[in-house]
Amino acid sequence: MLQVGLTHFLIVSAILFSLGIYGIVTRKNAVMVLMGIELVLNSANINFIAFSKYGNFGLSGQVIALFVIILAAAEAAIALAIVLNIYKTFSNVNVDEIDHLKE
Amino acid sequence: MSESLLINICIVILFLPLLGFTTVVLLGKRIPKLYLFEVAILGIALLLSIIVAYVKLSFYNTKDIVAAFTWITMGNAPSPGAISIELGFKIDNITVLMLFVVNLISFLVHVFSIEYMRGDKLYTRYFAYLGIFTFSMLGIVLTHNLLMMYIFWELVGLSSYLLIGFWFEKKSASDAAKKAFIVNRIGDIGMFAGILILFTQYKTFTFDVIYQQIAAGNIPFGSNAWLTAAGILIFMGAVGKSAQFPLHVWLPDAMEGPTPVSALIHAATMVAAGVYLVVRIFVMLTADAMLVIAVIGAFTSLVAATIALTQNDIKKVLAYSTVSQLGYMVMSLGVGAYAFAFFHLITHAFFKACLFLGSGSVIHSMHHEQDIRNMGGLKKKMPVTYYTFLISTLAISGVPLFSGFLSKDGILAGTLAFGKLTGHWLIPIIGFTVAGLTAFYMFRLVILTFHGEPKDHHKYDHAHESPFVMAAPLVVLAALSIFIWYTPNPIGASDGWVLKNWIKTPTQVVPLETRYDFMKPSTEEAKAEVHGEVIHSVEYTETMHWAHYPAMFLSLAVAGLGILIAFMFYQWKKLNADKLAEKLKPLYNFSLNKWFLDELYDMTAIAGTLSFSSILAWFDNKIVDGIVNGSATVTRFVSRMSGWFDTFIVDGFVNFTAFFSGFVGLSFRRLQTGKVQTYIVFVIFAIIILLMFFKPF
Amino acid sequence: MNFYDIIFYIFAAITLLSALFVVTTRNIVHSAFYLLFTFFGVAGIYVLLGADFIAISQILIYVGGILILLLFGVMLTNKITNVEIRTGTVHMLPAAIASGIFMGAVVAVMVWTEWKSEPSVTPLTTTKDIGHLLLTDYVLIFELLGILLLVALIGAASIARRDKE
Repeated sequence: MLQVGLTHFLIVSAILFSLGIYGIVTRKNAVMVLMGIELVLNSANINFIAFSKYGNFGLSGQVIALFVIILAAAEAAIALAIVLNIYKTFSNVNVDEIDHLKE
Repeated sequence: MSESLLINICIVILFLPLLGFTTVVLLGKRIPKLYLFEVAILGIALLLSIIVAYVKLSFYNTKDIVAAFTWITMGNAPSPGAISIELGFKIDNITVLMLFVVNLISFLVHVFSIEYMRGDKLYTRYFAYLGIFTFSMLGIVLTHNLLMMYIFWELVGLSSYLLIGFWFEKKSASDAAKKAFIVNRIGDIGMFAGILILFTQYKTFTFDVIYQQIAAGNIPFGSNAWLTAAGILIFMGAVGKSAQFPLHVWLPDAMEGPTPVSALIHAATMVAAGVYLVVRIFVMLTADAMLVIAVIGAFTSLVAATIALTQNDIKKVLAYSTVSQLGYMVMSLGVGAYAFAFFHLITHAFFKACLFLGSGSVIHSMHHEQDIRNMGGLKKKMPVTYYTFLISTLAISGVPLFSGFLSKDGILAGTLAFGKLTGHWLIPIIGFTVAGLTAFYMFRLVILTFHGEPKDHHKYDHAHESPFVMAAPLVVLAALSIFIWYTPNPIGASDGWVLKNWIKTPTQVVPLETRYDFMKPSTEEAKAEVHGEVIHSVEYTETMHWAHYPAMFLSLAVAGLGILIAFMFYQWKKLNADKLAEKLKPLYNFSLNKWFLDELYDMTAIAGTLSFSSILAWFDNKIVDGIVNGSATVTRFVSRMSGWFDTFIVDGFVNFTAFFSGFVGLSFRRLQTGKVQTYIVFVIFAIIILLMFFKPF
Repeated sequence: MNFYDIIFYIFAAITLLSALFVVTTRNIVHSAFYLLFTFFGVAGIYVLLGADFIAISQILIYVGGILILLLFGVMLTNKITNVEIRTGTVHMLPAAIASGIFMGAVVAVMVWTEWKSEPSVTPLTTTKDIGHLLLTDYVLIFELLGILLLVALIGAASIARRDKE
């Protein structure tokens, strides 16, 4: 059980994912929500690379992980631009107060 | 100078005017002085073309220089096979001569225009248009394939359109531009069809490859008739561009453009492009095609000459004279006098450009008076214009010592020999008649304009000699109308270097049975070169020798007669032109109204098109619209039915659904907090429930 | 329990503990700081999985780019007068329950599933092979991502720029 194998990596990834979800759900500040999203993406990446190593898929998993990192960068840039815009409009970035879509 | 350098210089010459055009078009508004740049560029192009002509004619006299590259390669489609389209340039003696002529006249016209167009609203744009025209014309001259020929052909059409309609605020100018464009299209359709016949058979546009194939016995669709058809169809392009009957009607109207433009485009270069095209395809013309060409050329020259007799607008007279002379060249090609046709193209370019620029000078000084009945006596006021105009008139009338005599005499000898060899005597008869008419109406023009007493004293008093930049081109062109540039022997054009060394009649490639009898090489010796002629039999050479002196004396006689009659009528007033016109009223009106050809076209082609269009419009309105309306009525009825069904059955169902959804929505509305994070919590619960439900573990 | 395993547990501990701090600490700047450790830990796990190139990319892009970006976001969206840069949390209890159950479920799936694992021999350096794959099998995606980055660049600039008055 202590011998490290695929399952261990997957468990780490699962815990990291859940922590990310927790961060996304509980935080008020939009930037903090973004940090949670980054955690989720990282956990997904761990999965990709773990399966890439143990699943005999060649390096495809790693390449996909690389793409995920690139997407994360693009996403962070756009998301922060949106956050700045929100700040300009509402003078704060608390996601629980931004519920204009409700009406 | 190596061959590749030569061809590179030619490409530079080609693109220089385009550079001028783009520069002037883009920056002309900011820097009005830029027209000088355009003129300078033409000067450079002229210099380069002189160098090219000198090198080519001296060192590569018998060699054709070709530079080509593959433009498009279309893969191996099953039915036509691999097709690749080549673009490229071919430089032979004819090309460099044309290059020189086009650049020279273009340059002189640019210089002339500096003064003539001064003060015009669109002054710089005018020079830009001249640039794009020169570019397109040079493209026609340099190309080695039919495709590029066609492209540049349309480009000159476009620039001609732009320049004819240059004063587009005038209704007549924009109408004339449209007319020129549309009439040219008619010819170009034929040309395109001809090109496609050749392309379908040979899968190439390149002249030389096509000719090699024909010489090897590969005939389009295996039939000589198709070869004839291809020749005549391509010639149709020339009929449009070179204003041959029945498509000549646009050229006189094109005189609405500025006069230097008329000199450049509608006298010296663009209209000569048609002749140049026939020169290029000369070797693939069958006897039938050549006969058609000869007859059209002869008829054109006759029609135009008779119309020119009675016109009163100085530019109209020159326009019809141009049509007539172009008919001469075409006729000359049709009878096989290839070298003389091209020679006449060159000499005509110079003296006709001189005449047009001279008329421009007159019009300029008379404040845009164009009616020769209001002129007269300008000889004293404008000596330079008068003498240059006179020299050119002598040249076009075929008086010895001038260039026109050499080329016209050759053409007349060619027609005479043709008449003797084939029995088509009508063509030489028309040729000589036209020579006499030409001499008459040209001298009528000179006498009415420059001699006698001034008729409009107000304008006469204001008339003045044109400034240097306008006079200098006239002098250059008049000088080029003198025989010495072409041959040392004023009565024997064949002794000169132009015909002896520069213009070589190429060998026909069409099958023997489709040639004129006299174009079949009868003996081995006939294939040897005699005076640069290699295509013709001994019989033809002999007949040409026989025709030389009779043709010369006869043409001198008719020209002299024409000039004499002109003096009798207008200078010495021994005969009264008005009375004669009164007596021959129907004939006079026939000529004055240009054989009523415009009216004829109005009544037939244009009215036909209009009535056909109105029939189609009626069909559209009644039949097509009727069907549409009928189906609309049916549709409306069906719509009513389905509308009822919709209102009660479908809507009932939909309303019920909406009500149901609304009810459910109301109950679930509580869940919609608008907070993203709440939603995420829901999503997670949903995933957990799914995991429970499917129990993957 | 060999050396490899020990290192794995160390990195896993760093990653998970720092991630926990990221989502629980109230000071946003601290939070970002802990995120740095999480990223490093994940990079270490990548190395253990034989993905050296991805590990380096992770450090370069996440630590060098995204984290800095996040910090900028923090600084641009909080008034400087707030000495304590804190951030509140909402409905912690349902969230904790939900993510706890979720974690349990997923970990259960991970543990009880029979994975077809057959450890492949990972090449010593993966950079060359990844480069090769990027320009052969994945070239289309590669190009698309290039375009995406360009679009993101322009889009971010145009969203965040000051409106012209």
